[in-house]
Amino acid sequence: MGKKKIKYIEGKEPHEREYRLVFKNVDREGWDPSIETFLKEDGYKQLKKALKMKPAEITEEVKKSGLRGRGGAGFPTGVKWGFIPPNNEKPVYLICNADESEPGTFKDRYIIHQDPHQLVEGMIISCFAVGANTAYIYIREEFPEGAEILEQAIAEAHDHGFLGDNILDSGFDLQIYVHRGAGAYICGEETGLIESLEGKRPYPRIKPPYFPAALGLYMCPTIVNNVESLCDVKHIMEMGGDEYAKLGKPRNTGTRILCVSGDVQEPGYFEVEVGSVTMGEVINDLCGGLKKGRKLKAVIPGGSSAKVLRAGETYKIKQGDEDVEIGLEDIPMDFDTLAACGSMAGSGGVIVIDDSRPIEWVLNNINTFYAHESCGQCTPCREGSLWMKKVTDRVVNGQASPDDIDTLYSVAKNIDGRTICAFGEACSWPTESFIEKFKDELVAATNPDNSGELVSPESELAAAGLK
Amino acid sequence: MDVPAELEKEIDERITHYPVSKRSAVLPVLHALQHHFRYITEEAVEWTANKLELEPIKVLEVVTFYPGFRQKAPGKYHIRVCRTLSCAMAGSYELMESLCKETGIDRSETSHHDPIAVSKDGKYSIEFAECLASCGTGPVCMVNDDFHEAVDPAKTAAFLENYK
Repeated sequence: MGKKKIKYIEGKEPHEREYRLVFKNVDREGWDPSIETFLKEDGYKQLKKALKMKPAEITEEVKKSGLRGRGGAGFPTGVKWGFIPPNNEKPVYLICNADESEPGTFKDRYIIHQDPHQLVEGMIISCFAVGANTAYIYIREEFPEGAEILEQAIAEAHDHGFLGDNILDSGFDLQIYVHRGAGAYICGEETGLIESLEGKRPYPRIKPPYFPAALGLYMCPTIVNNVESLCDVKHIMEMGGDEYAKLGKPRNTGTRILCVSGDVQEPGYFEVEVGSVTMGEVINDLCGGLKKGRKLKAVIPGGSSAKVLRAGETYKIKQGDEDVEIGLEDIPMDFDTLAACGSMAGSGGVIVIDDSRPIEWVLNNINTFYAHESCGQCTPCREGSLWMKKVTDRVVNGQASPDDIDTLYSVAKNIDGRTICAFGEACSWPTESFIEKFKDELVAATNPDNSGELVSPESELAAAGLK
Repeated sequence: MDVPAELEKEIDERITHYPVSKRSAVLPVLHALQHHFRYITEEAVEWTANKLELEPIKVLEVVTFYPGFRQKAPGKYHIRVCRTLSCAMAGSYELMESLCKETGIDRSETSHHDPIAVSKDGKYSIEFAECLASCGTGPVCMVNDDFHEAVDPAKTAAFLENYK
């Protein structure tokens, strides 16, 4: 297991605080994505074990493990599986969400490129558990090599009888296909992904009624799980749900791959037990600290949609039964604590920002992303995401007035909660939180001289003496 | 538009991955056509629609939505530079500027709907892409299907030597 002595490529050894489970074979010396290599390390052994169990028993193990989805929302995987209607007679589908595109997140890339069979084995076990005979891997278009590697892995698994009809004489049939996206962030949203897989524009569906577990792909029950979550299923089979649940913390079990980028000495990926490291340890121990002579300004803890945390803030959290006050660097990196601190663990993408970065520049970069990626289905988001970008463009270019910051805040507040999917929150939370935490600095980037008379079509007509 | 038999065979095989609905094959068919012809023409839209028994608008609406489908010819080497936060912090805007200078590309006419700029000789084209999911090794870019990490904006001349 994670503790076994494994040799890694020189210079890419895991940090001593890591607990490698899903990333066990990433950067491993002598490792390659072929099935021969995978089989030498007990590959597909957990599948053989799973096929001798009842599907409901596997779901029960996953429930016991406490595994929470690693894509962003942190919803318990076993519970999600349990939402398939009990009297269902339609085909069931499983989709692996490999559309990794939340800014700051770069973990699935390594699993797909270096250890594809781990994912395929996890998927077959999961399909058996939920009763799916057809599965798709929805992979982002920008991973062309990853798509080829997965197709190769699937072909190899077929050749070895792990896929196809009557897998290992169990009577269970399964086909897995790789489906490439085409560069749209919204396809990471599970109902948008499903629309995309149906060959349409990926406009998310409204929930209720379109919960995928009941009405998903082709209006059939569909389970959509993240790459990392599906890999975890294999390890839950190996360890048993109860043992897996001992990793991490109660309600925040297992391991988690943290992806750290931005202003640190050594950015990278780190698989740790959930909650076993604090934000300060992530920055100072895992990543070698901030750049020379720099001070911490802010951290975005779970992908760019997560609300920003400001250095120097304090948070009230519960430790056991006690209420305690902690600083940014003391926050343990788990789902519940980050939520209690007003942000989220999200997709595990930690972006560190130091005092060399003008905060309006950071926010404008994020707003440009969301303005580009709004699918355009809901008016508040389609119009609002663009306006947020336009206003922060003005701030960055020195053309904004102090009032613009209030306008910006009100635009964000009018998107949040008024859209079909969570993109509304994803695009407005950065603006809301940056203004709540850094209003002083944003206002300082504006100029009262820019507050001229409001120009509107009516005022222009009036000025021309036409009205 | 002449779709080679080999390519059509590959496309027909892809369509079998979607036994419930041929429409699901819109993206894979367009990918195959774009890979071969470099971009999606009006004829390619018609061809896809015929192949999948759809109205052409159902294909066109997909082409116009997804940034991964191009409606104009890119250069022989199409470069996508990651624009998003972590790469921007690591110097992706500087990388873009340097690559444009080196290839003689003028991006001033690009827009949301027409994001690709092409060099005069047609050899290179370039666009900003949103997060390419390699935030720890920025700035990153893709050249056609090749992926490159930690590309030094000061060394783009040497970098482009691989793409002549």
